[in-house]
Formats: sequence, C-alpha cells, structure tokens
Amino acid sequence: MTPQELYDRMKKVQEPKGYYFNKDKERAFELLEALIANRENYGYMGCPCRLLSGDRELDRDIFCPCVYSVPDIEEFGSCYCSLYVSKEWNEGKIPQEYVPERRPPEKMPY
Amino acid sequence: MSQPNVKIYSLSTCSHCKATKKFLGECTIKYEFVDVDKLEGDERKAIIEDVKKFNPRCSFPTIIIGETVVVGYKEKEIKEALGME
Repeated sequence: MTPQELYDRMKKVQEPKGYYFNKDKERAFELLEALIANRENYGYMGCPCRLLSGDRELDRDIFCPCVYSVPDIEEFGSCYCSLYVSKEWNEGKIPQEYVPERRPPEKMPY
Repeated sequence: MSQPNVKIYSLSTCSHCKATKKFLGECTIKYEFVDVDKLEGDERKAIIEDVKKFNPRCSFPTIIIGETVVVGYKEKEIKEALGME
C-alpha cells in the first residue's frame, strides 16, 4: 500500500467522524509512511510517535488511530502525533499546542 | 559561547522527533541522538532505562540539554535551555 492509498482510504472513514488529516501534507505523509513501515516491521500499524513493543495485543490501544486520539482531539484538537486533527485545528481557530502523552504508564510494556 | 551538550532520545518514525532534529539543525546546534526503535535486545532495554531516568513516562522525543530535560518538541523550552531566549 502506498501512503496515498492509505490517505484516501482513511480519509473516507475518518472525515465523516470529524477527524481530518493534518493539512500539512508533508507531515501527514511522513507519518503515513511511518505507519506503513511499522506494519512491515511489526505486523500492525502502531502509532509512529510511540515505542512499539512488537506484541500486537499489548499495543492494541495504540493501533492508529489510537484510543487516545478521541479524547486528545476533543481536548486539544489534535492526536498525540498530529496526524489526525479537528477542522478547527486545521483552520487555525484553536492553538496548535503540544499534546501530552495520555497513554497510562502501566499500559507501556517496557 | 559554548553550547551545552544536547542529546535526543528519539524514534525514527516520530514526527515530533524529526521536527526537533530539524529545528536544532537549522539553529546549527550540535546534538547526538539515538533512535530507540532501531535498537534491539539488551541495548534497547538499557537505553529505555536511561530514558526513564530522565522521563519516567518514556515518551519521545526526550531531549537532554545540559542539565535540563525537555519532553516533546517544545520550541520555547528548547530555546530557553539553550540560552537562545
């Protein structure tokens, strides 16, 4: 799969839910490439901004889009990686702040 | 003026890590980095323990600037630690 194919596929699924790709396409495609690389290396599309354990069950919460992206986009307008963002974030209507790690430390298997 | 030692614990896939390296490069700041996802076995375990000492949540990038630890690509904090502001 190419980054463009992944982009098109996820856009169709995520936009109706109110989650948009970062309008900085270079950033978005860099992350999509990383997701594809993670799938090749680990067998699943784990979050590119977190250290993956290699165990898909332990990392299930950080399969992209991760479970934390919903509250992060709600609170900050952006997921931890800034791959998925809200419309308002993309339009610059809310500040593009640093999104702190929401994944609880006990979920990190290292 | 000499710059403090800068070390980045990063992931090869992480956009914020890439942005941090790019920013430091543009500021002509010398830095060392280790892409933790590229390590394996005992070496990986040992480096993760090092990261946890600086940042118990072990998130990336963890940036060490002299005695200061900056977690995440926070340009303002990085500049302050480098004495650029």
